[in-house]
Amino acid sequence: MTDTEINTDEMEPYAALQDKEPPKAPRNQWLDVWDQFKKHKGAVLGGGFLVFITLAVLLGPYIWTVDPQKLDIRNKDLRPIWTTIWDSSAKILWHRPFGTDNLGRDILANMIAGGRASMAVGWTAMLLSLSIGTAIGVAAGYFKRADGFLMRMTDLFLCLPILPLLLVAVTLFRQPLRANFGPEGGMFILIVVIVGLTSWMQTARIVRGEILALKEREFILAARSIGTSSGAIIRRHLLPNVVSPIMVSATLGLAVAIITESALSFLGVGFPSDFPTWGKMLADAVPRMEQYPERVLLPGIAISLTVLGVNYLGDGLRDALDPRIRGR
Amino acid sequence: MAQVPLTVPDEVKQKMREALGLGAPVHIQYLKWLNQFFIVEPQFLIDWMTRDSLLFGWLPDTELGMVYDAELQKLVPQQRNISWQTRSPIMDIVIQRIPQTLWVVGLAYLVGILISLPIGIYSAYRHYSIFDQTGTFITMVGFSIPPFFTGPLLIVIFSVTLGWLPSIYDTTHVVNDWASFKYQLSQMILPVMVLALQTTAQISRYMRASMLDNLNQDYVRTARAKGLKEGVVVMVHVLRNSMIPVITVIALGVPSIFGGAIITENVFGVNGIGQLLITALFANDIPMVMTITFIFAIMIVVFNLIADVLYGVLDPRIRYD
Repeated sequence: MTDTEINTDEMEPYAALQDKEPPKAPRNQWLDVWDQFKKHKGAVLGGGFLVFITLAVLLGPYIWTVDPQKLDIRNKDLRPIWTTIWDSSAKILWHRPFGTDNLGRDILANMIAGGRASMAVGWTAMLLSLSIGTAIGVAAGYFKRADGFLMRMTDLFLCLPILPLLLVAVTLFRQPLRANFGPEGGMFILIVVIVGLTSWMQTARIVRGEILALKEREFILAARSIGTSSGAIIRRHLLPNVVSPIMVSATLGLAVAIITESALSFLGVGFPSDFPTWGKMLADAVPRMEQYPERVLLPGIAISLTVLGVNYLGDGLRDALDPRIRGR
Repeated sequence: MAQVPLTVPDEVKQKMREALGLGAPVHIQYLKWLNQFFIVEPQFLIDWMTRDSLLFGWLPDTELGMVYDAELQKLVPQQRNISWQTRSPIMDIVIQRIPQTLWVVGLAYLVGILISLPIGIYSAYRHYSIFDQTGTFITMVGFSIPPFFTGPLLIVIFSVTLGWLPSIYDTTHVVNDWASFKYQLSQMILPVMVLALQTTAQISRYMRASMLDNLNQDYVRTARAKGLKEGVVVMVHVLRNSMIPVITVIALGVPSIFGGAIITENVFGVNGIGQLLITALFANDIPMVMTITFIFAIMIVVFNLIADVLYGVLDPRIRYD
């Protein structure tokens, strides 16, 4: 018997199963995501523009130190400097590159200050709606008992028309909030809270769906079998796995918040009248847009490009984070 | 009560409030409001339909809203919900405004759907083609540019620079011959364009995504394998399955037609429901705001229900037991 015994140590593995080349080092999944993201031209441009506009409104006031509120009535109604290209008689000043408005306020400084308000509202409302949406989605997906109630509540909120609701809320709560937090602070809180409270539903639905699927997987069973508490399972095992849909809905939330804030300012129920925002600059310029079209165009283009960039970023993120599409 | 002079003493004001029913318990006030909204106002609506409307005008006048007043010895109309701004019954104003909104916003919604469905279908079918890329870009732009920017922009281009179309929607315009019909058409183009851009962007994105989901499914390969024509595969098999989410989006968007497009109506001066709501809000006209928002709420519930029923019709697997 000893002669026929096979020595397993020296046996060659089947040739077909052998690796032709040494195995590659494992890649981080975020590197894969970044590779896929880079392929989406629009997303890279959009993301770049969002970074640019955020930096511009954050650092702008330190570089362009003109006070946006300062009235310079002698130099009112200046045209932007590029008007000289086709109209040499236009009234311009080189230290007012975007011109001035009908009270002589510098438009570039106003654009930066207005962008600050819009971006601040956008980011805060987005973070608020994300945290509400994630919390409700996780709770509904993980705890079966809360599911029915929370999802019916989500359906209820989905039915609310945002703009009429915001208008009603502004008329009802403007006075008390202004009294407590000042005119700007009160409006900021009101807009952020209402946009946040009315835009978390998509996030909650997506997160709940993902959690429902993940909850039945083996690694959650394994985690539970070694006695991990619910809180730890959610924090350590579930949340990291739903980061990608949350990021995609974050971009959507940012776009919605920026547009809603501008719409409110446009209708004249947003921030107080001496506080520049893009929506208000646009609304103020509309009656005289025949003479000064650039005052409508500049804030309008700023809003549109920002929202467009954010939407493209969301599109690219969705493609990059979806492993089924990756590599195409 | 805000118009009562300051010289009226407080206890008299208190008596006036009680006479108006403000001292009654909340549930009594609520029941009275329900009675007013669901029994009295529909009676006036039926009266109006049998008296003035084109559709039912031939029916005899019902006079449901009238009650017999013993003192005057004749029929007098019942008390109705009164707007604080105009002092006229709210439902009358709403009924005056609804045609404006339906014409402009509803037409824009229809145009948007008719444009967006083919775009969505074709750009999903030719995924990553030039048509798809441009279509995606245009819908993305339409999605991103807010109506309060497209509105003024189109006004500058088409009514200021080119002078082709009027910039303000004239609601008092009466259509009675060909020339006035052409004018009506030309003044509707701009607001319809602005609104349709939004609808198109939204619905064609949904259509494209849901077509893409379905085009890679096994049943499509089966359908092709058994020799069906490409047109039948796409337009019957895939389209019918991908319409399910799109129909919901379309149905859920219908209440916003009745809600009116607040911003667009504001920009073009269409005095529809949205404009009525915002003027009522600025004027603190609480009864008007309550009525309009309640109508919105009913619309939203009804169309949610319709969307759910359509789900079942389009997808026989879904059954509500």
